[in-house]
Amino acid sequence: MAIHRHDNHVSANAFMEWIDRRLPVTKVWNEHLAEYWAAKNLNFWYFFGSLSLLVLVIQILTGIFLTMHYKPDAALAFASVEYIMRDVPWGWLVRYLHSTGASAFFVVVYLHMFRGVIYGSHREPRELVWLIGCVIFVALMAEAFMGYLLPWGNMSYWGAQVIISLFEVIPFVGPELTEWIRGDFVISDSTLNRFFAFHVILLPLILIVLVFLHLVALHQVGSNNPDGIDIFENVDENGKPLDGVGFHPYYVVKDLVGVCGFLIVYLGVVFFAPDLGGILLEKDNFAPANSLQTPPDIVPLWYFTPYYSILRASTESLLFVFAIGSGLGGIAAMVFTKYDIKIKIAIALVAAAFVFIFLNSSGKAWGVILMGSALVCFFLLPWLDRSPVLSIRYRSMPFKIALAIFLVAFFVLGYLGMNSPTPMRTLVAQICTVIYFAFFALMPWFTSIGETKPVPDRVTYDEH
Amino acid sequence: MTDNHESEEHASDTSIENKKRRRFLTGITAGFGAIGGGFAVTPFVLSMSPSERAKNAGAPVEYDYSRIQEGQMIKVEWRGKPVVLLKRSADMIAGLEKIESNLADPDSLVSLQPSYAQNQARADSNKPNLLVMLGVCTHLGCSPVEKLALGPDPEMGEDSQGGFFCPCHGSKFDLSGRVYKNVPATSNMEIPPYKYEGDLIKIGEDEGRLA
Ligand code: HEM
Ligand code: FES
Repeated sequence: MAIHRHDNHVSANAFMEWIDRRLPVTKVWNEHLAEYWAAKNLNFWYFFGSLSLLVLVIQILTGIFLTMHYKPDAALAFASVEYIMRDVPWGWLVRYLHSTGASAFFVVVYLHMFRGVIYGSHREPRELVWLIGCVIFVALMAEAFMGYLLPWGNMSYWGAQVIISLFEVIPFVGPELTEWIRGDFVISDSTLNRFFAFHVILLPLILIVLVFLHLVALHQVGSNNPDGIDIFENVDENGKPLDGVGFHPYYVVKDLVGVCGFLIVYLGVVFFAPDLGGILLEKDNFAPANSLQTPPDIVPLWYFTPYYSILRASTESLLFVFAIGSGLGGIAAMVFTKYDIKIKIAIALVAAAFVFIFLNSSGKAWGVILMGSALVCFFLLPWLDRSPVLSIRYRSMPFKIALAIFLVAFFVLGYLGMNSPTPMRTLVAQICTVIYFAFFALMPWFTSIGETKPVPDRVTYDEH
Repeated sequence: MTDNHESEEHASDTSIENKKRRRFLTGITAGFGAIGGGFAVTPFVLSMSPSERAKNAGAPVEYDYSRIQEGQMIKVEWRGKPVVLLKRSADMIAGLEKIESNLADPDSLVSLQPSYAQNQARADSNKPNLLVMLGVCTHLGCSPVEKLALGPDPEMGEDSQGGFFCPCHGSKFDLSGRVYKNVPATSNMEIPPYKYEGDLIKIGEDEGRLA
């Protein structure tokens, strides 16, 4: 894939010429908007990138106004949020825009990532776009987690308690590290203060830089499309792809339609159901933090629940299944592959080591490791996916089935994470955890089998 | 002018010897720069550790335990953490034996407690009925909910003899704070140092006693 760029950008008038000699406005405008060629068949899945940008802006703006009234102090924080809700003119709106915006952010980012998976946008040459996206995802989780402590409700307090304690399982330095993160021996005023600093300054800056890099990387290689084909293979004499249209005005206008649709849903929630039955704002968080009493049905916000379920599912019986899995994997590699005998022995030894480790370690540390690995899996996706075609339109059946099963498991994990654990639910969560990891572990295999459909030369597009 | 001229000459001097020297000097400068950077970062990193005020907030607390009825549990705060005070009935104590085969560490070998509480009741042998325990789940630090009724419980299971259930990730403990098998937590809840002074129990101080 090669994007043809030229240097003969024509300034619109004398004023722009004066500017362009000092600041490359016309060049940037052309390269990133007017002459940023995007395939003409981009569908609604391509809304979610620009919508993520929109939500980022909404969060930053509403955040600035919240900061004008919020007090980052354990003695005052809870009351200051009540004050915003009751006494600050329009404060309730600013807060609901921000709290609903956080959930909206995850909705659009999850859909944006899913688009990447179904159209193969994570594959060559967009690996870095994807990887930077994954870092954004992790940074976004950190941003949401720290923001959740700020209202200093009881759910905020205990949520932070659990997540910070995750670091305790790190060998040797764990306990000291958690003290350093909290700035105290328990979650306290110091913790609240530093989370405030991270939430309003550090992480927004990091996110903005990352989003910038994300787009620079995307514009270096060009956008993918629902057919997963390279539009730069069919270009006219000027190097413009035959199937491409300029991002501006075509996609600017189209994205505005997406913005309207998004705003209808988002503002609908803000005005009519700002806590969405306890999903967006949890009822236990309407009580102030109490260091003696964990809320009886403590759960994180919905966007963390799949990972939270994985954490909860990590008990000895799950490790036993993992031990069997690595054992079988080792045997399969010995019997069904054609590697050199030395490599086979090495694989067998590694598998045996894993069996031993799984059988002899505690569920606690593994919960944390598995939860982390669940995120790491996304980073590996560009290399786990071996399918000869990019888009799901032309992919083989095994991939589609595996993806469907994974989605079901992901939703079930998310659902279970919103509810209290019972032995039955824990068992289901364990099965789904196995499916989750099997999806990634087996991906090199199921993406390379089955028959793919022939990929057309030009994008599929209905005139209308 | 002459200076400039000279430096230009140097710049174009590409003998291997000179290149090596330049690389060495650049390397060593960068190395020292990195060390300096490390020193510069240190105060910022350390500024995030617990402050002197936080370190001094650890005084022991006292409680008049004669006010606790049999079968009753109360929580007091010590160092910002919940401490459970539970006066167990004879039935509760008898139940400890019955579920022992379901426990991960029944003898508290890998768990934290003063030596005088390393027994089935996990309590000072002079007052074995009174459980003094950090109500902090050894998984990720939530405060488990007490289940003081003996007998079946939706969360504790069919053969429950009472105990503590952690709402966060479902860890289960018996009425001595001993952890069940096959739950996320893997050790018993911690027993803090404590001692009796008349009717008072003093939590956070035992003067290093062993029994
Ligand atoms: C703050 C969050 C994010 C923002 C503002 C953002 C923004 C954008 C924008 C504006 C585009 C171009 C429009 C489009 O293709 O939809 C894009 C493309 C892309 N993004 Fe993101 N993104 C974010 C997070 C993520 C995450 C978490 C991932 C994946 C882990 C990701 C992966 C991708 C990929 C693979 C593309 C190329 C899609 C294609 O060409 O088919 N992004 N992003
Ligand atoms: S904190 Fe108690 S089970 Fe996780």
